[in-house]
Amino acid sequence: MDATGLELIAAGVRERLGEDAVVGTNLYREQATLEVAPGSIRDVLALLRDDEAEAWPHLMSVHGCDYLPEEPRLGVHYQLLSRERLDRLGVKVRVGTDEPVVPSVVDLFPTADYQEREVFDMFGVQFDGHPDMRRILMPEDYEGHPQRRDFPMGGEPVLFTFNEHEDPNSNA
Amino acid sequence: MEVSRQALGGAGATDDLRIRQLRARQMLRGDITDADLDSYVEERVGLTTLEKAQNWARANAPWPLTFGLACCAIEMISVVGSPRMDAARFGAEVFRASPRQADMIILSGRVSIKMAPVIRRIYDQMLEPKWVIAMGVCSSSAGMFNNYAVVQGADKFVPVDVYIPGCPPRPEALMYGIIKLQNKIKGQPDLGWRERYHARGTEEVEQSSTGHARPEAESRHPNAGLEAPRS
Repeated sequence: MDATGLELIAAGVRERLGEDAVVGTNLYREQATLEVAPGSIRDVLALLRDDEAEAWPHLMSVHGCDYLPEEPRLGVHYQLLSRERLDRLGVKVRVGTDEPVVPSVVDLFPTADYQEREVFDMFGVQFDGHPDMRRILMPEDYEGHPQRRDFPMGGEPVLFTFNEHEDPNSNA
Repeated sequence: MEVSRQALGGAGATDDLRIRQLRARQMLRGDITDADLDSYVEERVGLTTLEKAQNWARANAPWPLTFGLACCAIEMISVVGSPRMDAARFGAEVFRASPRQADMIILSGRVSIKMAPVIRRIYDQMLEPKWVIAMGVCSSSAGMFNNYAVVQGADKFVPVDVYIPGCPPRPEALMYGIIKLQNKIKGQPDLGWRERYHARGTEEVEQSSTGHARPEAESRHPNAGLEAPRS
């Protein structure tokens, strides 16, 4: 996809859902991304999925992302695939940590079920309307969302390193 | 077909299987008496304690649990399934699908904190006596997975008998570990290198939060001053 094609898609979405639906566009190394306001993500994905001219029928994956220290911090990426156009389109949503709520798209794309649960598990993004919003990878009594950047690494201090020289150039 | 019978010599005349069978039959009939009978018994009977015999039997049949955790499990399978390694030579090939029939569990791979209570429950379901082999660095000390998701060494929640280093260990290393465990079961615990080389006092000292070795650890080792970090 080129920049013109991406702007055409953005213009088509804005035309039908209003100017505020699409926040911005980004084309980086031939990967097109459409940044969308959190409230209109369901409408945008439904539009892209069902539109006859611009059909993107497959949701390949849902990712979480933490943009610390940028604000709003958290991001959710939806990767769409069109096998007719032989192309992919990313749709991105940014939410803050104070109220990390994104509408669920499970009823549009059933495959989003487990992937939204994983994003919730790792980043703490709540998906409004998800049928079974609970952890999927970590134990259910786990505290915190470990893929956030301000989450401690965990583990233990490494043994057998305490008497190493801090400065490898000095022999003191 | 005619069975040829031949006269039997004295004890130890020959080790031919057929002759030994015939002599055993004679003994059971009561045809062997007096000095012949004494030498027959002396040749064939050994005395030991019940405990040693029990440990010998246990050591030669440590049935593992059908249980794999991660990539080390592939190496574990090749120990059992390939004629090259063939753990059946040492009696450890009968993988049992139920923990109630297994004698040893091979922790083959990284143990996530979600898996740890499951492994502990499986371990508790195994009948005594039972043994644990930590295969690979992940289950020994978490290896490179020093993070939020992996238990830092399986010995935090089950007692481990044998640690096998490697990422993953070669099948030879697992066989060596199994044989080491067998020696341990037989009452010949193969001591670590510190005992063999009289290297007591070289243990790593745990670092406290201030960056200094703990004082009790220093006082325990006469040479600790040589290893303690310089402030």
